[in-house]
Amino acid sequence: MKKYEIKLDRRNFLKKSTMVGLASIAPGVFFQEFAHARPLDEPASDKIRWGMLIDTNQCTEDCDACVTACNDEHGIEDFGRPATDTQWIRKLNLIDEFSGKQHSIPMMCQHCENPPCVDVCPTGASFKRADGIVLVNKHTCIGCRYCMMSCPYKARSFVHENLENQLPHAPRGKGCVESCTLCVHKIDRGDGTTACSEACQKDGHQAILFGDLNDPESEISKQLSKFGGKEIRSDLGLNTAVRYRGI
Amino acid sequence: MNLIRYKSVELDKKFFLPVILIFIALASCLFAFVTLEHEGHWLTGMNNQVVWGIPHVFAIFLIVSASGILNIASISSVFGVPAYKPLSRLSGLLAIGLLIGGLMVLVLDLGRPDRLIVAMTTFNFKSIFAWNIFLYTGFLLIAVIYLWMMFEGRFNKYVTRVGMFAYGWRIILTTGTGSIFGFLVAKEAYDSAMLAPLFIAMSLLFGTAIFIQTIYYLKSSFEVIVGEIIFKRLRKLLLYFILAVLYFTILFHLTNLYATTHHDYEFFLLLSGNVYTYLFWIGQILLGTLLPLYLVSSKRFENCWNTLLLSSFLIIFGGFIQLYVIIISGQAFPLDMFPGFIENSTFGDGEVAQYIPSIYEFMLGLGGIAIASAVFIFGILILEFVPDSLKDEHLQNK
Repeated sequence: MKKYEIKLDRRNFLKKSTMVGLASIAPGVFFQEFAHARPLDEPASDKIRWGMLIDTNQCTEDCDACVTACNDEHGIEDFGRPATDTQWIRKLNLIDEFSGKQHSIPMMCQHCENPPCVDVCPTGASFKRADGIVLVNKHTCIGCRYCMMSCPYKARSFVHENLENQLPHAPRGKGCVESCTLCVHKIDRGDGTTACSEACQKDGHQAILFGDLNDPESEISKQLSKFGGKEIRSDLGLNTAVRYRGI
Repeated sequence: MNLIRYKSVELDKKFFLPVILIFIALASCLFAFVTLEHEGHWLTGMNNQVVWGIPHVFAIFLIVSASGILNIASISSVFGVPAYKPLSRLSGLLAIGLLIGGLMVLVLDLGRPDRLIVAMTTFNFKSIFAWNIFLYTGFLLIAVIYLWMMFEGRFNKYVTRVGMFAYGWRIILTTGTGSIFGFLVAKEAYDSAMLAPLFIAMSLLFGTAIFIQTIYYLKSSFEVIVGEIIFKRLRKLLLYFILAVLYFTILFHLTNLYATTHHDYEFFLLLSGNVYTYLFWIGQILLGTLLPLYLVSSKRFENCWNTLLLSSFLIIFGGFIQLYVIIISGQAFPLDMFPGFIENSTFGDGEVAQYIPSIYEFMLGLGGIAIASAVFIFGILILEFVPDSLKDEHLQNK
């Protein structure tokens, strides 16, 4: 009997409850510090510019892990109507007309510094966040599709169908235009990566590198300064945040 | 001495057929609108490649025609040709009707038409679309004031001033509409400042053609006698505007042909033998331009009302085709993201996009024409829009 008795005087009670309290808040304090999550009341910083470097030599034609991951992450369904189905990221196959060399690359919103979609949007629903992510405000998009007309990368989709069971972090709805958000919810949560990049790494291709283009110490900046990165339709002067290597 | 008298028309059985047709068109437009809102735009032929379709062809046709039809009033009050004065009120009424019709189609095709209030209150002034919202609503207001100045004897003296303002506004409005496409740098088919003057010329041509149809309707249904002066002037006007549109069309394609980057699109449209090639050469150029050009310039038909009516009908038909070719072919032509590479994907990259318009889109578009017609009929019933006579001896400055 005696061994089940709990001795709980005031000193012990205070000591133990303080330890339990500290132990319960510690992960929040330390993990947040570790993951660099941005508090909700703090605006995105213009000191950061999120971007991606895609190494086309690492990307294979038979792999579409990035596409599947993106669809799963954002709850994008296939309605069996390819012309109207939503695609935030797609695999593009390229054949060099001169040499015949083939490339397979992922194509998505290029998160331009000077985005034409933001310029043409009549209500300002298309906007660029301070950290360079181009998004659509789903509360003010009227579904005019002018942004789709203006996008040089055909990166946007119009929601042609009724949607159900949308995910809380990916608000989507019929009649609005949408595109790659660069997994803004993951960035704000402090994951430090995107669903496509994660999936690509997991499949062992390492073709999609995500990071802060403004930080000279980031892996993406180091690789860009070492190998360079091509901007698609650089003639338009949009300064895209997604760069390609190997084409 | 001013001999012009105006009348309102009596509601009688002559309106039975037009009213029934308007009612059917509006009911089917409402049905299409509710269906698309409920089910989504996948029911239309539009998709993620061709994002603007038949509703936009109708809407832009009606909007540019609204601007052009007010030109008839401008000729009288701005350019001082009194022979057009009896037509000014009708010109204002038709401009209002056509613009309301066009805007309605645009709004009903939106993905979220319930957010119209957002479009009217939240603006991005870098967008030509946002500017157009002001240009279109401003145009309606100016046209109403213009009509008020014409109707109210005390204010007749202000007609010229308001007319000048309306004239300037019209030019800017049509420039703005053409610039919707002209400012799209990424698409080879657009990205041309030539689209602004082309749209201005198109507006003048389509507006005049619709006006001729209207005058003929009044002549045949309400015994408005139309003299030789009005007939010949309208015929000549049509001729000038056909030539203007032809000139800017040729110039648009010549400038594209000069720039190597646009050669692929020009080949696609002019020579490759797809549906747009036939629509361009047969619909727009042969039937919509050259045939009416011959009909309105030939001495053989210089006094024939039916020929003028046919010419204006061909111009309206050709105008629709022209806008279809501009709007649809420009989107169907694939983007060239990687020059020097053959592209393909599950998203239609590197391919000419398919677009087969659905019945719902035509229903929306015809609803716009029905609204324009309803505004016109309502106007001539309640106010004195219709000139009593357009005989030569009743016109000033023959």
